Order: sequence, then C-alpha cells, then structure tokens
Amino acid sequence: MAKQLIKGNEAIVKGAILAGCRAYFGYPITPASEIAHAAARYMPLVGGTFLQAESEIAAINMVYGSAGTGMRVMTASSSPGMSLKQEGISYIAGAELPCVIVDIMRAGPGLGNIAPEQSDYHQMVKGGGHGNYKNIVLAPNSAQEMCDLTILAFDLADKYRNPAVVLADGFIGQMMEPVQFPEPTTEFIDKNWVVRGINEDRENLISSIEIDPDDLERHNEKLQKKYAFIAHKEVRVETYEIEDAEYVLIGYGIVSRLIQTAVDQLRNEGVKVGMLRPITLMPFPTEIISKLGDNPNIKGIFVSELSNGQMVEDVRLAINGRKKVWFHGRMGGNIPTTQELVDELKKHMKEQS
Amino acid sequence: MSGQILSKSSGFFDDYIHKPGEDKSSTHYCPGCGHGILHKLIAEALVDNDATEKAVFVSPVGCSVFAYYYFNAGNFQAAHGRAPAVATGIKRSLPDSVVISYQGDGDLAAIGGNEILHAANRGEAISVFFVNNGIYGMTGGQMAPTTLVGTKTTTTPYGRTLRNEGYPIQMAEIIASLKAPVYVERVMMADTKSINAARKAVRKAIKNQVEKKGFSFVEILSTCPTGWKMTPVQSQEWLISTYQEHFPLGVLKDISDQVEPLNLDHNYAELSQVPTLIDLPKENFEVHKENIPDVVDEEIIVAGFGGQGVLTLGVWLSEMGMREDLNVSWIPSYGPEMRGGTANCNVKMSTKRIGAPVIAHPTVLIVMNKPSLDKYGETLVENGIMLYDSSLMGDDLERTDIVKIPVPATKIANELGNTRISNVIFLGVLTGLSDFLDESVVRNTLPMIFKKRHLLDINLKAFERGLEISRAYKK
Repeated sequence: MAKQLIKGNEAIVKGAILAGCRAYFGYPITPASEIAHAAARYMPLVGGTFLQAESEIAAINMVYGSAGTGMRVMTASSSPGMSLKQEGISYIAGAELPCVIVDIMRAGPGLGNIAPEQSDYHQMVKGGGHGNYKNIVLAPNSAQEMCDLTILAFDLADKYRNPAVVLADGFIGQMMEPVQFPEPTTEFIDKNWVVRGINEDRENLISSIEIDPDDLERHNEKLQKKYAFIAHKEVRVETYEIEDAEYVLIGYGIVSRLIQTAVDQLRNEGVKVGMLRPITLMPFPTEIISKLGDNPNIKGIFVSELSNGQMVEDVRLAINGRKKVWFHGRMGGNIPTTQELVDELKKHMKEQS
Repeated sequence: MSGQILSKSSGFFDDYIHKPGEDKSSTHYCPGCGHGILHKLIAEALVDNDATEKAVFVSPVGCSVFAYYYFNAGNFQAAHGRAPAVATGIKRSLPDSVVISYQGDGDLAAIGGNEILHAANRGEAISVFFVNNGIYGMTGGQMAPTTLVGTKTTTTPYGRTLRNEGYPIQMAEIIASLKAPVYVERVMMADTKSINAARKAVRKAIKNQVEKKGFSFVEILSTCPTGWKMTPVQSQEWLISTYQEHFPLGVLKDISDQVEPLNLDHNYAELSQVPTLIDLPKENFEVHKENIPDVVDEEIIVAGFGGQGVLTLGVWLSEMGMREDLNVSWIPSYGPEMRGGTANCNVKMSTKRIGAPVIAHPTVLIVMNKPSLDKYGETLVENGIMLYDSSLMGDDLERTDIVKIPVPATKIANELGNTRISNVIFLGVLTGLSDFLDESVVRNTLPMIFKKRHLLDINLKAFERGLEISRAYKK
C-alpha cells in the first residue's frame, strides 16, 4: 500500500480498522475528536459499529460489553474524559477484557485547556481507577506510530487480556505525516473466554467480582504475575546516539521529537548526548534505564515531560540515586523549545563541573 | 400435568456453577424477597421463547449482583448503574442475542439514570427489568430514589422529606414519555394475580426482543422484607395497600404491534475491500527526486487569516514533499494560538528524519496578513525567503538580511475570479523560487487535489501566475 499524508488522530482509526477493530464507542472531546470523526465515517463502511455514547462513562461500559463478546473494540478521549472512564477501566482490567483506549492528552487539572500536556501519565500508567491493576501503555511519537502502536495495542490487549492504552498528546494527534499502512490483520488469538450467550461458552463469565477475600487475593496475584510477565516480555524503547553518550535525555511522545533535535544540536557542538525514548510506558523500561546507572561514561540523566514530573519518578526509581537525574517540565499547554532543552541541560552540566 | 415432576426451569443452571463455595443449589436472596420470583419468571420466559441459547444476562450492583449465579445464559456483571451501557455494547456486537439488563432502583434510577435514559432513547433492542422496592437492600437499608416520602431508612432516619430528597422518581412514566421504547409496563410482585400479570409482562418484553421489536421496559414493584423490617406477608400486604398507590400499575406504552422488526445485522466488509473503504491509496505514487538536492532541510511557516487557505497550503507543501521522497511534517496552529482569527502551520521537509515538528526559525515564511508579518518577520533565518501578500500589506519589516518577495496574490486571485485561490499563487512562486519543490510534481499532484475540472483549471492558472512572478528572481 502507498504512503498517505495523514493526521495522527486519523491514522489511529485506520490502523484500528486494519487491526480488525469493528466497534467504536466514544464521546467527543477536543483534541481527540478527529478520532471519533474518522471512526464515525469509516466504521459503518466496513460494517462495524460507531456509537456516540451519552457520556465517557457509558462509552467505556459499552466497550466492556462489546469486549466481553470477543469483539476488537476501542474508545478514545482526552484527559478529562479519561478521568471519567477510570471506573470502567478498572472493571475492564478486573474482568481481564482486551480493548484499546486512546488518550490524546490535554492540559489540566480540571477543565484546563485543549493544548497538549503529558499529565495523564499517573492516571494511565499507574492505574487511575481503584484496585491493583495496570494498563498496557504505548506512547507514539509520530503519525506512523499512531497507526503502528494502535495495531500493536490490539495485539497486546488480546494476548494478555488487558486494556491497552495509546497515550499521545494533542501535538502527535494533530500532526500530519506520511504513514505507510500495513495490510489488514488476518491472524487473531483464539478467545476461549468470551461470552456470547451460546452453550459453548456457558461456563465463562465476564465479571470483576470475587466475594471471597482469598479468591480476590489470588485473582490480584494472578494480575500482578501477568504485569510482571509483560514487563519481562514487552518493553520497547528507541535509542538515539546513546552509545558513547555522557548525558542521556529521556522523554516520550512529542517531547522525544524535541529531544532528538536537541541531541543533534548538542552533538554538533561536540557535547556527547543521546536519547532514550520509552515506547512502552507500562511496561516501563526499568532495567534498561537501570543499566545507565552502572555506565561509568554517563554523567547525568535529563528527563523532560509536559507535566510536573510524573515519568521522572520511574526514572529515579530505576536509577536509584546512582546518577544525577534532572527534570525539566512545562505545563499548561506550553512546550519547550529545543533551545530551552539545550540550555537547561547545559545549566546542569555547568553546575556539575 | 399429572405425573409431571415439578422442577426448576431450564432457564436456570442445574448447578449454580458461578456460585463460589460448596452450596451450588440455593439462592442468596432473603425469604420473601421479590427477586427470586422475578428470576423465575424471566427464566421461564427465556425458555418459552427459545432464547436460552442466545440469552446474555447483565447483572447489576445491588441485591441482584449475583443474578449471574442462576441464569442459564451468557453472563456479564456490570458496574453500578452501567448495565444498559454494557448491554448496548453486547447487543451491538451480537445483534442476534437476547440481552437482558436487570437493575434495581438505586442502580437504574439513581447512579445509572443517564445510562437507562439514553439506552431507552436510542431504542436499544434490549429488555430491561427494573426492580423497584424503594430501598437499598444490599448496602444496608438506605434511601432509594423511589423511597416514599416519610419513610425512615438508614440515610433518612427522620423520614424522607420533599424539602431534602424530593419526590420518589417514577421511572416507567419517564421511559414511556420517550419516543423510541416500544413497550413500557409497571407490574407488581405481591399476590398470585399480580404475579400472573407480571409473568405476562416479562414474556412480552422478551418476546419483543426475540422479534427484534426494540426497547422494552418492565418496572416491577417488589418486596424487601429485610430492608422494610417486615415479615414477608406484611411486605406483600404493604406493597398492595400502600406502595402501589404511588406507582400506578399498568401498560404505559405499547407500540410493539405497530413497529417493524429492526435490521440489526452487520454487513462486515471483505478484508480485501477494507483498505479501499478506508480511503487508503492502492498503488504507490511515483516518487520524483531527480531535481531535488541531496540535502534538504526546510522549515516553512505559512500564516494568515483563517479562510485564506493557510493550513491547506501547508498540507499541499507536505504532500509535494512526500512525493519527492522527503521526510515531511505538518502541524497546525493549535490551542490558544488558534484564537484571534489568525491561522498558521509549520511544515518541515527534510532528507533527514524530522525531530521537533515545531519551528522556531523558519527558512521560508509565507505571510498572508499583517499580524502574521509582525509576528513571524523577525523569526526568519538569515538569507531566508519571505513571501508576503503585497495586495494586503506593505513591507515595513526592517530587515535587509532576508529575501523579500512581494506577491500580489489577493489581487491576482480576484482577477482570476476567485479570492480563495491566492494560496495556489504562493505555491507557484515558492515552486519557482525553491530547489526543493519540483514543478512537475506540483503539476501532477494538483489534479489529485482538485478533482473537479473547473476548479483544477483555475488553480492551474493561479499556479502558472505564481511561477511567472518567481521568474523575476533568481532560484
């Protein structure tokens, strides 16, 4: 298939349909609405369901119902909408239903504004709803990855019977880039746990209730084992100019694009810097980052986010005090310039020497 | 009937397989509770309608949270109040199934008010059984939205008051006021006569769904001896003597005989057709890079008023760049910047992988109004190119280190008869001036953008006029 110049938000929907998704339940919100628009346009054309729900709460519960029947199903929203969805996500995680949830993050707290932020890291990566659960979280940084990681999200969701989140920001959603779309998915994991009303799956049950504390503890332990296995198997990162780097810049999503340019600029000035970009936020690349802590070449780690410093907590846990970890964040919908990142890093380098 | 051994309906599991613990045969309901009888009516109705092998039962939160222990059906357990949304997701995915949303009064009329209202209003082809017993049984005897005024509960210890909690809510009347529902009836679970009426209503609600008739809603006034602190017999008497006075029984709406069966089937597209259906290009476009330099690294800002085709020009530039095998990115003005009537976009074209899509210092600036000139004029790099609409503004930018090209785009566009094509004139000028845009690529791409002949003609003319302007300047 040919390349197509396309907005990240739209690439998500086309990727989802190519991955076999045939049901979309959502509620409009800026800056995620193009996803609903594209789903409304294309889902009926391929015979699928598009339904604008009465609320985010209803939408995620429709996803719960649809996912339980074995359908590849998705919803999308932006930060305030994700807050509303948390109840349903907790039930989905508890019932171990696969689905894809797209969050095109905007600035908060509260109504905030519609400009990009990365302040949903905590609510999407750490849980967000009640209970000891985790979402699989993928963080695209291009229109191509909006397609590719959406497809991967469906595969991982099915593989692990777990909600998978595509966590992007308004920038990646609004940006147009050429995307090479793959052929439609033809192989799917057999789901022997679904409930369709037929006799064959009569012993199956879609539920998150375990009334006996011992049963519920066992269920929780099983979930934790699953998350640990995912952490072992599914970590994905991108590195750039990192081999001989003395300073490693870490960021995800749009920030990684800024970091890439900052690395080019600093390398031109002779500063040995490199980038590490987590593509999976859950599982977080803890071991990979931890190894940076043992690398004698590395003098410091610089994390940037469009937030008050949420992912940096996980970087610091991985580094565990072995290296300096600096943080530079912007909030409210502002993004740093590459020069700003360069200047901030240089400031820390100077303080250190 | 003689000689027949009375047994449980096959609408129930023989053994309650989903029930934890040793006891797989008794229910969790209190003596005298209405749920047990209603369960039986539903189980029988499923069997009578040959629906057990396609039934999907959604259990709510409340005393009937464990309804899934009992029903010989596909079983989902839903969050509090969300059963109609879960049922919607199931029914939309399995249109041939018979989906039952079973809810209590806290679940349906309080926390799930929105979900039931909209499922009903959409006419979801499901059957809803709403158990109204005026109390939160499972949670410990709190007030329900249906609790009568004056009733003492654990959260209305002095009695429900109009001043504080308002009127008991009449859900059947609310649902019946909507256009989509095909059948709404309120029944009671008290004596033999009322239970027989309830049996008919339950059957009808399920039959309607089997016949794809749409949304059916049965409100069942029911007893809660434990919550009401009465004996089962007292509860039935009170239901008849008092509770039903506030919730009149009967059919509130029935248009099920007047509606045609719904077509709920999905017509899933063949996989081979999917790429075309979602507008993916079949064959690769021809890549032109012969006339493009080995290294390209352009950062273009296009800015002007909304409506001047600013964002579109940026998209075209990106499209051309892609067809020249360059890496491209396009990002529109986004967020607070969009306000105030100005629009802009950042376009990057590069032989290298593109990092930040946002541009601080453009190599090319196309400004179509004065505010944009003021905003971006100083950001242009040294030796950068600035194209500006000289029919709308003068050049008062005090910079001599850049190339300024006046383009009377609006004037020419008006001459050609369409103000909206001024952006194509800029495209022509930039194509003529720059080494990263190939004339032939633009000419080949424009017909794909303008599919209507008359639009293509006028835009090609505008493009040529732009090229002409560029000839006065060196490439």
